[in-house]
Amino acid sequence: MRDTDARRRAPRIAPGWWFVAPALTLIVVFFVGPVIAALGLSFTDFDLYALADPRAARWVGFRNYARVLHEPLFWQALRNTLYFAIVGGPLTVAASLGAALLVNARTLRWKATARAVFFAPFVTTLVAVAIVWKYLYHPRYGLLNWLLGHLGIPQIDWLGDPHWAMPAIILLATWKNFGYNMLIFIAGLQNIPRELHEAAALDGATPFQRFRHVTIPMLAPTMFFVVIVTMIGYLQLFTEPYVMTQGGPLRATTSLVLYMYEEGFRWWRLGVAAGIAFLLFILIVLFTLLQRRISPRGAV
Amino acid sequence: MDRGALLARLRNAIWLPAVAAGLLLCGGCARGEASGTQELRVWAFGAEGEALAPLAQEFERQNPGIRVRVQQIPWTAAHEKLLTAYVGGALPDVAQLGNTWIPEFAALGALQALDSLVAHDSAAIPLADYFPGVLATNVVDDTLFGVPWYVDTRVMFYRTDLLRAAGVTSPPTTWAAWRDALVRVRARQEPGSYPALLPLNEWAQPVIFGLQAGAPLLADHGTLAAFRDPRFRRGFEFYIQLFKDRLAPPLAATQIASVFQEFGAGRTAAYITGPWNVGEFRKRLPASVEWNTAPLPGPDSGGVSLAGGSSIVIMRKSGQRRAAWKLLAFLADPARQAAFFVKTGDLPARRSAWDDPALAGDRYLAAFRTQLGRVVPSPAVPEIELIVSRVAQAAERAARGQQTIDDALAGLDADVDQILEKRRWMLAQRGAAR
Repeated sequence: MRDTDARRRAPRIAPGWWFVAPALTLIVVFFVGPVIAALGLSFTDFDLYALADPRAARWVGFRNYARVLHEPLFWQALRNTLYFAIVGGPLTVAASLGAALLVNARTLRWKATARAVFFAPFVTTLVAVAIVWKYLYHPRYGLLNWLLGHLGIPQIDWLGDPHWAMPAIILLATWKNFGYNMLIFIAGLQNIPRELHEAAALDGATPFQRFRHVTIPMLAPTMFFVVIVTMIGYLQLFTEPYVMTQGGPLRATTSLVLYMYEEGFRWWRLGVAAGIAFLLFILIVLFTLLQRRISPRGAV
Repeated sequence: MDRGALLARLRNAIWLPAVAAGLLLCGGCARGEASGTQELRVWAFGAEGEALAPLAQEFERQNPGIRVRVQQIPWTAAHEKLLTAYVGGALPDVAQLGNTWIPEFAALGALQALDSLVAHDSAAIPLADYFPGVLATNVVDDTLFGVPWYVDTRVMFYRTDLLRAAGVTSPPTTWAAWRDALVRVRARQEPGSYPALLPLNEWAQPVIFGLQAGAPLLADHGTLAAFRDPRFRRGFEFYIQLFKDRLAPPLAATQIASVFQEFGAGRTAAYITGPWNVGEFRKRLPASVEWNTAPLPGPDSGGVSLAGGSSIVIMRKSGQRRAAWKLLAFLADPARQAAFFVKTGDLPARRSAWDDPALAGDRYLAAFRTQLGRVVPSPAVPEIELIVSRVAQAAERAARGQQTIDDALAGLDADVDQILEKRRWMLAQRGAAR
């Protein structure tokens, strides 16, 4: 009786809340807060003048969004980003699946070493990697052109030619990122019960048939996760072009995030930049929903 | 972009406050221990930042009470860093500032007005000794905000031998003579070559041709675009016509593998570029290639070029104005400016420094000296860099034939008017307040 009275006087907070409170506070202060502030910012014309005097910022409604959507550079950045994600995404997933199968193969020796080697690019700092790759891509002294030269293929100006710059960036990103997905795929592969493979083999399935009808379906949930995470990451392409090409040549590698960065921190049109950020957010949500829809039912 | 970066960012988020706190503490103790000496924080960019460090030591020896801390910042990050520091209240006492940035930082109220300081100490920094066009880039609304440190301007680099072979013995001074010379050079070039090189991604060239025809670029105190002005149109048309007549290739600089190779092989005979290429040309062109520089041609006689370069500014929030001024005066010394040229290749802003044998005796620099007497600043508005980038885009569309000249200029006017909308509103507010 007294106990319930006490409870009525000071409503008890479930202890769970206390446990998550530190993390929750951090999320609210460093994530939810800034996101709401950015949303507000995207409806103002916050710019250089407003930096000097906040009263110079005006509420402009959807004008930033309308202007960005009328800007040819936005559409070019969108095309570049989609090009990168749609070509680079599947390529990365395929490379990581291939590497995972290879590393997981029972006949392979030095498994741990192979895994470490494949994983190494992922944990290397991207800026350092990009600088090394800039040398590899050098039109005259680069290793890549030297190799191609031996095959009788003429020199390609990888980062200077608008047609080759994006493929060059895709190649780098694939190499850099496949290691992480590979680890997830390995985990997925090891979760497939060996009996299934044995049963299929007894039924006379060839290795390819086993891959097609046992491995792939059993990997579906892993695949869904890997594809979604890769695509979300790839739609936010920034560092590679920022370090290697600065968005050039002829804007061929200007991604949405790089465009946003330029608007925000080169021209200091922070309102416009915030607008671009939310357009990118909408794009990512749409992409993820689309993938949910086209993925096999059991995967989700 | 990727999870690795995210992790790194998280790590930074944890470490940065700790490091910052440490720095604050250290800053405190350093100041306590060296009482009596002043510390002057100076930011300089790229190669200039590197060359400034030994100069700062010399300055410290001459001024025992002042310690100079030079921070070098790469050019690509300079503008961003300055603005971020402005927002964070962490600007240095003295900084190098590209002179197109001066209007922007003046609008922010970040810069110390220098008029009274100069008036008190005109022996150290005699404004009359500076190139007037360059000095003008430091003046916003009749107030002086910076002292020119080194200057940049564009002139014509040309192949003396190719022009001579085509019957042109002295560099042309008018547009018509220049065009004529280019046509004659092309007649002797191998097919597929272009006599002139004007990279389409560079805004300076279309702007310069407009300025040469007398265009103001902006009207009404820099609040309205004036690119359909007949004067700008005249310069713009001349420039675009060079591409239409195949006298210059419709390419961006990134599409040209090596300018030096093209120039050395004679696939280009005239190139409008700046002093930074003097050293490069000297280093990279074979001795057999004869080349020189010449002031830019103009519509009727020698034309103007753009006043570029860097200035030294004092930040308004700096509490060390006197020490800062001493450093400005130190760097403005003509002999030191000439020595700085020898070290960096940066052209001195003071005219008397040009009498130094290192400069006066250089055959490639005479054209720059002439041209610097004929330079004009770009309009002193904070939006100028964004505006000129739009000029380059419009010029590229017209040169590639995607738009007619009139459509490109109309589009440019509309674009720039939109960019300047905020400035119009700000000035109207200020007018109303008055």
